[in-house]
Amino acid sequence: MSAPNKAYDPVEVAALAPAAVDRMRADALAAIAAAADLDELKAARLAHAGDRAPITLANAEIGALPPAARAEAGKRVGTARSAIRAALASRQEELAAERDSRVLVEETVDVTLPWDRTPAGARHPVSSIADRLVDVFVGMGYEVAEGPEVEAEWYNFDALNFPPDHPAREMQDTFFVAGPKPAERSGVVLRTHTSPVQIRAMLTRPLPLYVVSPGKCYRSDALDATHSPVFHQIECLAVDEGLTMADLRGAISAFVEAMFGEGLRTRLRPDFFPFTEPSADVSMECHVCRGASTRPGGAPCRVCRSQGWIEIAGCGMVNPRVLVACGIDPDRYSGFAFGLGIERSLMIRHGVTDIRDTLEGDVRFSRAFGVEA
Amino acid sequence: MRVPLSWLAEYAAIGAAAADVQEVARRLTACGLEIESVEPVGHDISGVLIAEVLEVAELTEFRKPVRYCQVSTGDGVDRHVICGATNFTAGARVPLALPGAVLPGGFEIGARKTYGKVSEGMICSAAELAIGDDHSGILVLAADAPLGADFVEYAGLRDHVLDVNVTPDKGFAMSVRGIARELAIAYGVPYTDPADAGITADVGEVSADSYPASIEDPSGCDRFVLREVHGVDPAAATPLPMRVRLARSGQRCVSLAVDVTNYLMLELGQPMHAFDRDRLSGPIVVRRARPGEQLETLDHVLRTLDPEDILITDSSGPISLAGTMGGLATEVSESSRDLVIEAAHFSARGTARMSRRHRLFSEASARFERGVDPDLQLRASQRAAVLLAELGGGMVLPGCTHAFAPMPQITITMEADYPDRVAGTGYGLDTVRLRLGQVGCTIAESTAGQDADGHQARHEHHRHDTSATMLTVTPPSWRTDLTDPADLAEEVIRLEGYEKVPVRAARAAAGRGLTGRQRLRRSAGRSLADAGYVEVISSPFSAAADFDRLQLAADDARRRAVTVANPLSDDEPLMRTTLLPGLLRVLSRNLGRGFADVALFELGTVFRLGPQGARTAPILPVDRGPTAAELAELAAALPDQPLRVAAVLAGDRDLAGWWGQGRQAGWQDAIEAARTVLRVSRVPFEVGADQHEPWHPGRCAAVYVTAEAGRPRLAGHAGELHPRVISAFGLPARTCAMELDMSVIETAAGSLGPVQAPAISAFPVATQDVALVVARAVPASEVETALTAGAAGVADIALESVSLFDVYTGDQVGEGRKSLAYTLRFRADDRTLTADETTAARDAAVAEAARRTGAVLRDGSNSS
Repeated sequence: MSAPNKAYDPVEVAALAPAAVDRMRADALAAIAAAADLDELKAARLAHAGDRAPITLANAEIGALPPAARAEAGKRVGTARSAIRAALASRQEELAAERDSRVLVEETVDVTLPWDRTPAGARHPVSSIADRLVDVFVGMGYEVAEGPEVEAEWYNFDALNFPPDHPAREMQDTFFVAGPKPAERSGVVLRTHTSPVQIRAMLTRPLPLYVVSPGKCYRSDALDATHSPVFHQIECLAVDEGLTMADLRGAISAFVEAMFGEGLRTRLRPDFFPFTEPSADVSMECHVCRGASTRPGGAPCRVCRSQGWIEIAGCGMVNPRVLVACGIDPDRYSGFAFGLGIERSLMIRHGVTDIRDTLEGDVRFSRAFGVEA
Repeated sequence: MRVPLSWLAEYAAIGAAAADVQEVARRLTACGLEIESVEPVGHDISGVLIAEVLEVAELTEFRKPVRYCQVSTGDGVDRHVICGATNFTAGARVPLALPGAVLPGGFEIGARKTYGKVSEGMICSAAELAIGDDHSGILVLAADAPLGADFVEYAGLRDHVLDVNVTPDKGFAMSVRGIARELAIAYGVPYTDPADAGITADVGEVSADSYPASIEDPSGCDRFVLREVHGVDPAAATPLPMRVRLARSGQRCVSLAVDVTNYLMLELGQPMHAFDRDRLSGPIVVRRARPGEQLETLDHVLRTLDPEDILITDSSGPISLAGTMGGLATEVSESSRDLVIEAAHFSARGTARMSRRHRLFSEASARFERGVDPDLQLRASQRAAVLLAELGGGMVLPGCTHAFAPMPQITITMEADYPDRVAGTGYGLDTVRLRLGQVGCTIAESTAGQDADGHQARHEHHRHDTSATMLTVTPPSWRTDLTDPADLAEEVIRLEGYEKVPVRAARAAAGRGLTGRQRLRRSAGRSLADAGYVEVISSPFSAAADFDRLQLAADDARRRAVTVANPLSDDEPLMRTTLLPGLLRVLSRNLGRGFADVALFELGTVFRLGPQGARTAPILPVDRGPTAAELAELAAALPDQPLRVAAVLAGDRDLAGWWGQGRQAGWQDAIEAARTVLRVSRVPFEVGADQHEPWHPGRCAAVYVTAEAGRPRLAGHAGELHPRVISAFGLPARTCAMELDMSVIETAAGSLGPVQAPAISAFPVATQDVALVVARAVPASEVETALTAGAAGVADIALESVSLFDVYTGDQVGEGRKSLAYTLRFRADDRTLTADETTAARDAAVAEAARRTGAVLRDGSNSS
C-alpha cells in the first residue's frame, strides 16, 4: 500500500478527513450521553477516549501528513478530543452526583448496631487508684519502694517502735505465721500495714530518701461491709535533714489537692502511732460539699455525713527511735510519714459503700471503672 | 472511756463554758483526746418528783406481788399508784412519775387502770430512769430527799456523757483525773487534782498492825499497798450521785465496797480491790505463779495459771490475778464487814501478757497495760478507805502496809528549741516551759551546746534565743508515756494546736520515676484489660483441698504453703502458692451470677516455702541498726514471694451476636494471654508442649523466657484445664487458664537494653507461599523457627515475616502427618528482589526446615 518516502498517502490518512473526525466526535458524544451509570461511562471512556479509540488512533496519524496539512488536521482532532474529554468530565460529574444521591443512600447501614464481639476487660479499681496515688507521689519526686507481704515481726512491729506486748501491737489483729514448732511464735506475720516497707527503705536506700509504698496488708478482721482481712494501704516516707511538721503538712496538702481537688483544706488532729511522734490523723475538707452541709440551711452531704471533714490518713514525724533501729542518726536526720487505706480512698472518691465488693471479683464491679479509676 | 462532763467540771473549772458541750468535745479532740460521741442524758426526763410512800396495801389476789400505795409529793394531794416492787416500806422516799411525766426514750406516763385500781403514775426503778440496769426494785432515795422536788434536779441527771477514745499510749487519760487535766489546759482554767482531795499528811504512814504483805518479784509489781476498814455495813447503799456517775460511765452497781473502788478507779485511774479480811489467811505475797497452780476468778472460771502470771497470794495460794481479776474465794460478800483494800502498781507488760493469755480483759487490765501512775497507790487507797468508812459506817485502821521496790526516776534532757525544730516553727522557751509545766513536768534549765572553740555544737539553724539552752525535764508520775524528747515535743505541739504548725510547700525530691519492673507490671495489667480480661483481687487464703482439686502430686512444690497460725477460718489455714484456685472460685461466682462468658486476670503475690519448710525469724534489737548478717537471717526466714499473673476464661471468647456465631474460649486464648504479657515485657520467649497440673496433658503449653546468658527459664504455663480440675471446681467444660511468674519475666526484662530502631526499607516486598508436610507431633513453632533460621543464612535478604495460614491433616498428606502452609515475606534494604533471589531465600528456609523437622514440600506448593 503506501510506499516508502512517499510524502503523501491519501489512503493512510483518510481517518483525518473532516467528516471522519466529526463522526468520531459525534459517536463519542452520543455514547457518553447514553452512559447510564459510572460503569457504562467507564466503558464509553475506554471506547472513545482510550488508547485504542478511533480518535486516539487518528491523532497518532497526524505525523504522517505532509507538514502543510498537519496544522489543520491537528487542530481538528484536538478540538474533537477536547470536546470528548469535556463531555466525559461533565457526564462523570453528573453520574457521580446521581450515584451519591441514590446508590450511597441505598447502601445506608444502621451504624448503631453493636460490634462488641469480645467482652470488655477492665482493671481492678484498687490497682488503678493505687497507680494514680503513686503517680501523685512520683510527681512529687518520690520513688516506689516495696516489701514482702509475709514479713518478719521485727520489721512489722519492733523496728517501728511497737514494744512487745504493748496494747498498740495487739490492736492490729495480726495474722501470725506458723513456724517450725507449733507452740512457738515464728517471728513471722502477715504484714498488718505497709509501714515495714519504711524500715526496709531506710535500711537499703541512701539518704535522703523519699519513697511511697503501696501494697496489700492483712488483719484478722472478719469480712463485713467495712472490714476485710485483706486490704491495701499506701504510705509515704521522707527522711532528710531538717524535715519538720511544716514539711509534712505541705506534702499532705499537695497530695490531697492532687488527688481530691484544688484548694481543699486539710486538718491535723493528734493521734497515736508508735512509729511517729508527734502523730496525727489527717482530715480533708469534704470534696463534695466543701463544708456546705455544716452551714445553716446547707443540704445534707452523704459523703462526709454532713461533718464537713473526711478522715483520710494517719501521719506524723518519724519517731527518732525508729531511725535509731535503722541505724540512722536522729540528731542529723528527721522524717515524716503518712499513709492511707486504698479501699478507704475508693470509698471516699468513688462512693464504694461495701468493702466486700473489692474482694468478690464480680466483673460488674471492675468493669464499672474501666481501665482508669 | 465514757465520762460525764459534770464529773470533769468538778476538777476542771470551766464554769459556764460547759454549756457548749460541742466546743468541749472539739477542744479535747484537738489536744489528743478524741471524743467519739457526746450523748445528752437526763434531758429527756420530766415530771418525776420526789414522793413519800404513805401507806402500802398488798393486793393478794394476783399471782405475783402487787402493791397499791398511797403516795404524796407534799402538795396535799393524795395519789395512789400500783407498784410491783417490794423493796420499800411506808415512809420511803421514792421518785414518782406523775401522769404526764416523760421517762427516757420518750416513754410517757399516764393514769391508767390496772389490777382493778387506777394508778396515778409510777414509782420508778433505776433502770427506768436510765441510771443503771437495776430493775429488781424501785429506787429508794435517802430519807432526807426533799419532798416534792424535781428528781432530775435533785439527782443532777441533766448531763452529757463524753465517749473518749483513749489511744494506747495515754494511760493517764483512762481517768477523770487525766481527762479533767487536759480539759483545764484546753480552757486555760484552774485544775484540782482529785488524787490530792482530802488526803491527810499521814497518808504514807506504815503500821505493823495493817494486814501484812510483801513483793517477791519486783519485775511484776513495784508497789503494793493495803489498808483496812473494819465494821462496814454490808447493806449500806451506794449514794445516789455515785450510782448515777457509775451508771453513766458504764459501770454496774454491785455493792458499796465494789462501787467505791470502781468509782475511784474511774476518778483516779487506779484499779483497786477489796478483799474480805475474814477470808484471807496468812500474809499476802505478790509473786509469779508456780507450775500447776489454779485460781477460780470472779467470773466463775477456773484458770490454770502460767508461771509468768503475776499473782496475789496468801497462805491458801493464789487469791487474785494481779491487775486483771480477783479470785472468787476472797470476794467481798453480803456478810463482809472487815475489808482489806489493795492498791498496787503492776507491770504494764506483765498485765498485758496475762490478760491476753487468759483472754481476760477488764477495766483494771486496760488501765495497767496502758500505764497507771506508780505514785498513786497510797493516796488512792486512803480515799477508798475513808469513803468506805464514811458511807458504810466503818472505821479506818490507822496506817497501812506499803511494800515497794525502788523505781528509777526518768529525766529527759532536751535542747530547748527541739519542739520548734520538730514543728518547723518558733514557739520560744516560755511556751515550751508553760506547756510542759501544764502537763505536770518539772523543768531545770542549763546552758550548754558550745564546744571549746566557741562554735555551736550542731544544728546551725537554731533559733538564737534558745539555741544554747538545755532543758532537763522530769515528767510527772502519771505520764509514764513521756520518755523521749520527741514525746515532749509532741506535748508542746499538740497543746499549742496542730493548726498552728505552718505549711511549708512540699520540696521536690530527686526521684527517678517508676522502675522498669513497676512499669512492666502496669503495662501487663493494662494489656490484659485491653485484651478483654477483667482484673479481680481474689482471696489469698487457701487450703490443702485446693491442691487436691488442682490434682497436684503429693510432692509438688506448690503444696509447700505458708500456714497461718490463727486463720480466720480453719477451712483456709494456708496462703496461696498459685493464683489459680482463688481465680477459679471468682470465675465460678461470676458464672453463678449469670455471666456465661467470663475472662479474668489477677496480678498478685504467692507464697512458697523452700524445701526446709517454715523458719523462725529472730527479733532483732532496736537500740541500734541491724547488721548485714542479722538482716540476712531475717531474709532467710521468709518464704519465697514471687509476683504472679494469672488469667482464666470460660464461655465464649468472641461473642455470638447479630453478626453470627460466637467462638468458645480455648487453649489458644489462654496461651495468647500469656503471649500478651510477654510481648509487653519484650523478653524473647518460646512456647512448648508440656504436661503440668492442673492443665489438660495434651493442651498445656510451657512458656520459657530467655534469661541471662541466653538460657531458657520457665515462666509459666497456659492452656486448657484438666477435666478433673474443671469438675472439682464446678466449672464449664474446656475452661482455660494461664499463670506466669512475673518475677521471672521482670528479671529477664531487666537485662534488656533499650529497643534499637529498625531500618525501614522502602523497596517492595516479595512474597512466597510454602506448604510443608511434617509428622503430626512436630510443633509448628519448631518449623517456624527453622524457616526463620534458614532464611537468616541468606545474605542481604531479610525474612520480614512468617505467617501460618493453613494447617491441614487428612488423606492428601498421609496418616500421621500434617501440612503447614506459610506465607514468607522477603525484602531487601537496597534493591527490589528478583524472583530468583526470592526463590533462593525460600529454598534456604525450606532446606533448614527439612533438616531440623523432616519437612518436605507439599506437591505444587512451590509453583508460585
